[in-house]
Amino acid sequence: MVLLRGGRVLDPSTNLDQVGDVLLREGRIEHAGASLGEVRRDGDLIEIDCTGRVVSPGFVDVHCHLREPGREDVETIATGARAAAAGGFTAVCAMPNTDPVTDNQAAVGFIIRQAQRADAARVYPIGAISLGQKGEALAEFGEMIGAGAVAVSDDGKPVASAQLMRSALEYARAFNIPVADHCEEPTLAHGGAMNEGLVSARLGLKGIPAEAEEIMAIRDILLARRTGGHVHLCHMSTKGSVELIRWGKDRGIRVTAEVCPHHISLTEDAVEGYNTNAKMNPPLRTAEDVAALQEAVKDGTIDLVATDHAPHHYDEKEREFADAPNGIVGLETALAVLVTHLVEPGIIGYGTLVDRMSCTPARTFNLPGGTLRKGSVADVTVFDPLRRWTVEPSAFLTKGRNSPYAGMQLTGRAACTIVGGRIVYRQSE
Amino acid sequence: MSAAPIGKDLLGLEHLSADQIRLILDTAEPFKEISLRAIKKVPTLRGMTIVNLFFEASTRTRISFEFAEKRLSADTVNVASSGSSVSKGETLVDTARNLEAMKIDMVVMRHGASGAAKFLADRIRSNVINAGDGTHEHPTQGLLDILTLRDRWGSLEGRRVCICGDVLHSRVARSNIWGLRKLGAEVAVCGPRSLLPNAIDELGVTVFGRIEEAIEWAEALNILRLQLERMQAGYIPSLREYNRVFGVTRERLERSPRDLVIMHPGPMNRGVEIDSDVADGPHSVILDQVTNGVAVRMAVLYLLAGGRPEVAEAAKG
Repeated sequence: MVLLRGGRVLDPSTNLDQVGDVLLREGRIEHAGASLGEVRRDGDLIEIDCTGRVVSPGFVDVHCHLREPGREDVETIATGARAAAAGGFTAVCAMPNTDPVTDNQAAVGFIIRQAQRADAARVYPIGAISLGQKGEALAEFGEMIGAGAVAVSDDGKPVASAQLMRSALEYARAFNIPVADHCEEPTLAHGGAMNEGLVSARLGLKGIPAEAEEIMAIRDILLARRTGGHVHLCHMSTKGSVELIRWGKDRGIRVTAEVCPHHISLTEDAVEGYNTNAKMNPPLRTAEDVAALQEAVKDGTIDLVATDHAPHHYDEKEREFADAPNGIVGLETALAVLVTHLVEPGIIGYGTLVDRMSCTPARTFNLPGGTLRKGSVADVTVFDPLRRWTVEPSAFLTKGRNSPYAGMQLTGRAACTIVGGRIVYRQSE
Repeated sequence: MSAAPIGKDLLGLEHLSADQIRLILDTAEPFKEISLRAIKKVPTLRGMTIVNLFFEASTRTRISFEFAEKRLSADTVNVASSGSSVSKGETLVDTARNLEAMKIDMVVMRHGASGAAKFLADRIRSNVINAGDGTHEHPTQGLLDILTLRDRWGSLEGRRVCICGDVLHSRVARSNIWGLRKLGAEVAVCGPRSLLPNAIDELGVTVFGRIEEAIEWAEALNILRLQLERMQAGYIPSLREYNRVFGVTRERLERSPRDLVIMHPGPMNRGVEIDSDVADGPHSVILDQVTNGVAVRMAVLYLLAGGRPEVAEAAKG
């Protein structure tokens, strides 16, 4: 049993927001809300004082890269799952762009077994849309889902073929899973290393225009309308994409979308000096895009926040900008970036933060968790909303060190992460 | 050795002040004379070791730097990518560490990646001179272009220079834009929109879509090379059409209200961006640019080595 005492119990899924207690028993939520007073002890009772902290459903990241199999030198499922727990995530979805690609039931099963061994945050595999992520033939969705995959995606690459995307959306309907797409029109983005605009013009770097994302976003939305499938748009980065998603939602199309913490906190200016730790795909955009994305998180046009955690070995980033790989680590900074850039400036409250990091991701990907409702799995995050800390990548639990937030002071930190009633992470005082 | 008045490295003109640019140009003036002597050599950089590291093919820039180095009596080593460990997969950072371990003094680097010169400069103690990084900057080319115009006009203040052609892929264009504007010139660019960076007007330049407009406005045209591969990549329909629509021809020049100064950083595609009778015509300063290139590079090498302009003057003797 775990008793979380005296915290601000915050669960948008049940409209709960009060100072009180949360009791976890046998891996389930037994109580969330009013103070319990004396609790009958049967067996071990771990009591945690949560005064001044927020107790919420565990965060769920529907988009991360754990690199195993293939690049265990960069990250393993175990190190990724531990990093997730340290960031307050009780569950993460692992993208299939591993080596070999997670495009069959055996590969899905391998990830699940590795995650069980890791014994940290839950890890849910996402299967590939196409065999080998080649964009040619559909992978076996049914078998992968049967083995434990929760969605399909060719993330890391766009689905260039509109016909294949249509088929994926149609075929996925039988399993009621989202088809998550990396929206990037490949001919327009080809060779691009950063956002196309003033900074790319100055630095002499080939730019990726906003339209490369937006063209694919509207294609996917229209295909979702045609097929009735659920399209989930990954890592949205532009104001135009927000407008297109809003258009789709207004018409009842099954489109959901995510944004990454970096796209709502940093601009293309972070690339100055050819900073490869600010190189990612989609690239960091303009202040206008950042403001539109923040507003979209607030009003729900963007459903949820996902990290796109993408660790790389330090020497892979230690090279010429155009040749450096895309991506940054994000599991351990996501909460703090959101608190610092969305909550502290008053754009959203903690309730919306918890909804976008926990309730809605779980609901969108049909995952357990994302709620403190009685009887639900006891996946809980306790976080200190006022904790100021300086990002020090060498202290990360992920193997990756590639963070554009290195050295920055941020606010908000996971204090305790509980998965299935078991404490998998506690921040030292 | 005292700190160099233009900083440790020369990576571009964007971050130099107008005074620093003037200092380089002023320093280049006395060095011009050395190239006119029977014995074209002064002992100024004797004992210094300079590595010319060219990861991309280059003839004129590499030779120009080599002449500048030899005329200042530096010891030089030339490394080309095809014969280097880079072709075996060595990273730029490892190359840099090895060079540093060999206790060199300066590196002149040409590299296909924008930002490569800064990357190197941030990691080694030696002075780094950017001899062209990707589509970013080519500062010594910009400086020699500016020196050539200053020779002609005395001052750049209020003068109008138009850079014509493939600005999108040009490192020369950016260095020209920064340098010319800092010295008070008005700068325009002209070319098909598919070969101009999307946000180019935000750099403070006028944009002309038609070469006739540029010719009417400008006092000097700096004509950039059209690269064959750009046509294949779908940026323009054909080199032939480019010449017909954007080429600088004698007929077009004759419609200019003034005697335009004609520049080209080379190598030229005669009959594409520039016609032969323009390139070889009376207003062309293209060979003056080449001559000035050696003097400018001598000045940069000298200043980075910690030299002062008054000493450069004395070095003549």
